[in-house]
Amino acid sequence: MRKLRLEKKSTSSGLSILLNSLLFVALALVFCGFIIGAVGFNPLEVYGKMFSKAFLSSRGIRKAIESGLPLMLCGLGVSVAFRMNLNNIGAEGQYAVGAIFGAAFALYGPKLPGILGILALAVCCFTGGALWALLSAAPKAFWDVDESITTLMLNYIALILLSYLCLGPWKAKGQNVGQTEKIAENLALPEISGLKISTAFPVVIVIALLLFGFYKYTASGYQINVIGKSLTAAKYAGINIKKNIILVLALSGGLAGLAGFVQYAGITGRVQENMPNNAGYTGIVIAYLSRFNPLVVIIVSILFAGLQNSSATVQVMGVPAQIATMMQGAIMIIVIAGDFFQRYKIVSDKKGGRAS
Amino acid sequence: MNLLISLFSGAIVYAVSVMYAGIGETFSERAGVMNLGVEGIMLMGAVSGYITAVNTHNLLLSFLVVLLTGAVFGLVFAFLTVTLQADQTVCGMAMLIFGTGLSGFLGKDVAGVAANLKFENISIPLLGKLPFLGPIFFQQNLLVYAMYFIVPASLFYIYKTKQGLYLRALGENPAALDSAGMNVFAMRYAYVTFGCAMMAVSGACVSLANTNFWSSGMTAGKGWIAFALVAFSSWNPFKLMMGALLFGFISCLGSNLQIYLPSVPTEIYSALPYIATIVAFILTTGNFRKSHTAQPAALCKPYDRESR
Repeated sequence: MRKLRLEKKSTSSGLSILLNSLLFVALALVFCGFIIGAVGFNPLEVYGKMFSKAFLSSRGIRKAIESGLPLMLCGLGVSVAFRMNLNNIGAEGQYAVGAIFGAAFALYGPKLPGILGILALAVCCFTGGALWALLSAAPKAFWDVDESITTLMLNYIALILLSYLCLGPWKAKGQNVGQTEKIAENLALPEISGLKISTAFPVVIVIALLLFGFYKYTASGYQINVIGKSLTAAKYAGINIKKNIILVLALSGGLAGLAGFVQYAGITGRVQENMPNNAGYTGIVIAYLSRFNPLVVIIVSILFAGLQNSSATVQVMGVPAQIATMMQGAIMIIVIAGDFFQRYKIVSDKKGGRAS
Repeated sequence: MNLLISLFSGAIVYAVSVMYAGIGETFSERAGVMNLGVEGIMLMGAVSGYITAVNTHNLLLSFLVVLLTGAVFGLVFAFLTVTLQADQTVCGMAMLIFGTGLSGFLGKDVAGVAANLKFENISIPLLGKLPFLGPIFFQQNLLVYAMYFIVPASLFYIYKTKQGLYLRALGENPAALDSAGMNVFAMRYAYVTFGCAMMAVSGACVSLANTNFWSSGMTAGKGWIAFALVAFSSWNPFKLMMGALLFGFISCLGSNLQIYLPSVPTEIYSALPYIATIVAFILTTGNFRKSHTAQPAALCKPYDRESR
């Protein structure tokens, strides 16, 4: 008789992590298939429709990239903080405040020529997100107040502020929906000619590459990793924890604020009442599934955006749009469970003695 | 007078709907497992109860389904965090997102359908007739009356019983319990499952007592307020009750003030509970008071026998 036993693994390669994740994502899809079936739809038909609409046409892919842009920035922002073990759950609010700052610049800021205007707009959005994150970072750094709760509560406040501004003082005239006036022509991000994709996409890729280099080749990036792995070791090595908390959360919030920038200047052209639309929370799932690797964040974001877009197409069949959120949650739960097999392996023992 | 009565009784109704989740979270955190998914589990409780109510018109059955839904989520969460020793923050977020999505998905058919079945307000004979106090305390629904007993019972359990002592040890030093021959894993499973069932009851307060409908995302941040109140109350059910009442009062005050001061934007009132949570949370958990915080030492730390 063979006995099964768990044994700790020391390391796992990138490839095995990838295969493992794919396997468990597939399991999650099967699991959701059962739920979809239980509600009375044919899961294969639903999945088939979703997949073909989102990923099998150039229009679908273009749309997925477009709606993936804010997700990418939220995912990048969240992963910067999570790398240091800071639970920034506030990307949603930081995104909203980024958009608010952007709209304020477009409304009241000086008229700058050409690319300068766009740059200034981006800086404003970054600052907005960063400042909002600092509201949580300062209590965390100085008084050790748990950041997950403060960032989260600030989300609600930011969203209330956003809807107040979009429905009140900044509301575009003659509109029923809560949104601001169309952005000025010179502030809007142009499309790449021929490809019909916003120039924001290459910009986000550059940001991801910069972050990748930052983690890998700079001392500050290394410090973040050390603090994330072991706070005690970091303290012992004399790393300034307070400074890092402030900087990392500001960077994290700033990146989420830039999500407001790409959405405003690159896609919608208006700041809208419910603009973040859960991108901040989805960003957390994306960051986790990407193992906080900035380049993987880009890919996962596009896949998730495709998933979200495709949920609109099956709504015609009567499937609720929440199918996308449900699938994201299920994927996350099952991948977390699957991570166990990154840390342990199952060994089978022969009867009597131990094999190893 | 009528204003005061409606303020206080409204505060109690609000407080009770976050306290079930708060007490559940307290037990879970006392056992060393932080559950960030409160909101998602509340929504699942709210939707499962409402679906059963619409289809069966049986309140008791609906309530049992709510408990069962919470318990199933609790078992999954315990499996992830206790057995698989996964990161509790990430698992909590996953439960939150899954619960929010699944509840919206399953609730599609009952959104906008009237169940006409809820925990009605019952006036207690004699006590309900008391001037002032009667309408505030004794003309409430069953879930509120149950809470009058749950708070002292949980205080007694945590601080006065042997099991309560084990529970506190479970969150402070699970290795010591293990050495004493106690099954740390089974105990954590039990408390996490109990906690989630209570969170689901909070959801039922929202869809089957305070209001009687279902709409996607209807708990509107109550789960998070419950979560924040637990740390704010130093993991003590009595302080939790005081905090929840304070919150209920602020939020009812907001909606009442709106009638008297229409010039102030309503957004200020809706933001008030969140601002108050942040301020209270910083004041109560910040380390500028030199005293030691009551946070269970083993909170968020999976128990691993091998690395003891």
